[in-house]
Amino acid sequence: MSSPAPPAVEILSADKTYSNGTRALEPVSLKIQPGEFVTLLGPSGCGKSTLLKMVAGLLTPTDGRILLWNKPVDQVEANGHRVAFVFQEATLMPWSRVRPNVRLPLDLRGDTSDDGNRRVDESLALVGLDKFANAYPRELSGGMQMRVSIARALVTQPDLLLMDEPFGALDEITRNKLDSDLLELWAQKKLTVVFVTHSIYEAVYLSTRVVVMAARPGRVIEEVAIDEPYPRDNDFRVSPQFSMYAKRLQDSLLRAAAMGAPSNEVA
Amino acid sequence: MKHQKWLLPLIVAILLVALWKGLVVALDIKPFLLPGPDLVVQTLIKDWGLLGSALFNTMKITFFAFVTAVALGSLIAFAFVQSKWIETAFFPYAVLLQVTPIVAIAPLIIIWVKNPTVSLVICATIVALFPMISNTTLGLRSVNPGLASYFKMNHASRWKTLTRLRIPSAAPYFFGGLRISSGLALIGAVVAEFVAGTGGTGVGLAYQILQSGYQLNIPRMFAALLLITVAGIVLFVLMNWLSKLALSHWHESEVKHEE
Repeated sequence: MSSPAPPAVEILSADKTYSNGTRALEPVSLKIQPGEFVTLLGPSGCGKSTLLKMVAGLLTPTDGRILLWNKPVDQVEANGHRVAFVFQEATLMPWSRVRPNVRLPLDLRGDTSDDGNRRVDESLALVGLDKFANAYPRELSGGMQMRVSIARALVTQPDLLLMDEPFGALDEITRNKLDSDLLELWAQKKLTVVFVTHSIYEAVYLSTRVVVMAARPGRVIEEVAIDEPYPRDNDFRVSPQFSMYAKRLQDSLLRAAAMGAPSNEVA
Repeated sequence: MKHQKWLLPLIVAILLVALWKGLVVALDIKPFLLPGPDLVVQTLIKDWGLLGSALFNTMKITFFAFVTAVALGSLIAFAFVQSKWIETAFFPYAVLLQVTPIVAIAPLIIIWVKNPTVSLVICATIVALFPMISNTTLGLRSVNPGLASYFKMNHASRWKTLTRLRIPSAAPYFFGGLRISSGLALIGAVVAEFVAGTGGTGVGLAYQILQSGYQLNIPRMFAALLLITVAGIVLFVLMNWLSKLALSHWHESEVKHEE
């Protein structure tokens, strides 16, 4: 009877050509439903970060449109929805302690409410850093700095979380731990996540759906649903199903690489 | 290690002063050519009335010039980063200030500006200004691109971007500028006093050096020189301390590393 909820993200044949003429992305169309965990997987140069930045409104599509809950990207907050972005680096203010770093998005919005303060505490607790609120970023490890960055993203209570290779610079053990914690957050907060990575294993472990992309020219080649139940624990990482999905994604990437390159690389 | 930081330079200083005294005694050098270190200190104490007030006057010029250079330099830097047009139009003239020798334009300024103190402050400010402009401009531009995107994505206002992002990012460069500028302000003050000479106010350390030269009072010349050097070192140490105070908790340059 009621009309279905609008997709959290709707990309309508959006493409990107940079002003220097570089063709970053062929037209992409993609729908992401609320509550999905979608990973953009591909080699460097496939336009996955470009696509994510267009969804964030950091870049404008050369052609095509991007809607968030049926509204243009720049009107999303007026619509009662919040988008948060987590960068490849933690991008913390080195001169500020952890707490003001997490508070930053509230400060930039002029939110000085008690509720804001409570959410800062809550976010820090969620990422397990409540004991480090008064530390300076340089006193924290790379993994902990990323946690601060995630806490900063959570403090605005986003419903859409965009993450651009957030754990790419971390060692595998730390990365696995953060991936697990991220899934827990995702389930607990009922977030919609769009996650960029070049790790097949990270994509399989995290996603409800993987969008496989290829480079030169940047394009989407396939979508693979990971039909495995959550919560996913560490046993899942070494299960036969996991390997099956990993192989499927690997084949897809290899096929695209074999197909794409030679003719286009000249240009 | 902690003690070595000041102990080693101190040993060098003692050795040099000893060598100085040794040479003066051994070669029987006359005090009007090269006074011994003890005579310089004696003169400093004996002439303290004269030299102390000269030091005060020179430091006064230095202080006002330094404060003006810091305020003006920061303002100009802010203007530069707010608009590329302003920077393109005016940066060449900032360079002009830097490359024009102050001794060449000081006589003009001293003629134009009636008040001798003001004219000296202007000269010293011109010398001290450029490092503040260039360092602060560079600092205000040296913003982590990721953080800049983050501010942009959160629709941070121009003002918030300036106060929460640009100014803190500029701090290490600003303090580097302070260190250079404070020394230059002193040099500028002394040079301007030299140019003003007897026609100027006649109360700064440079004037005492000139007078001592005319009167062949070489020990007093050395005493005045010593005061200028010590003033320069004190300024440098002071700026270092300020920089440490402001940056030690976060910036690489001032963070103490375990060894």
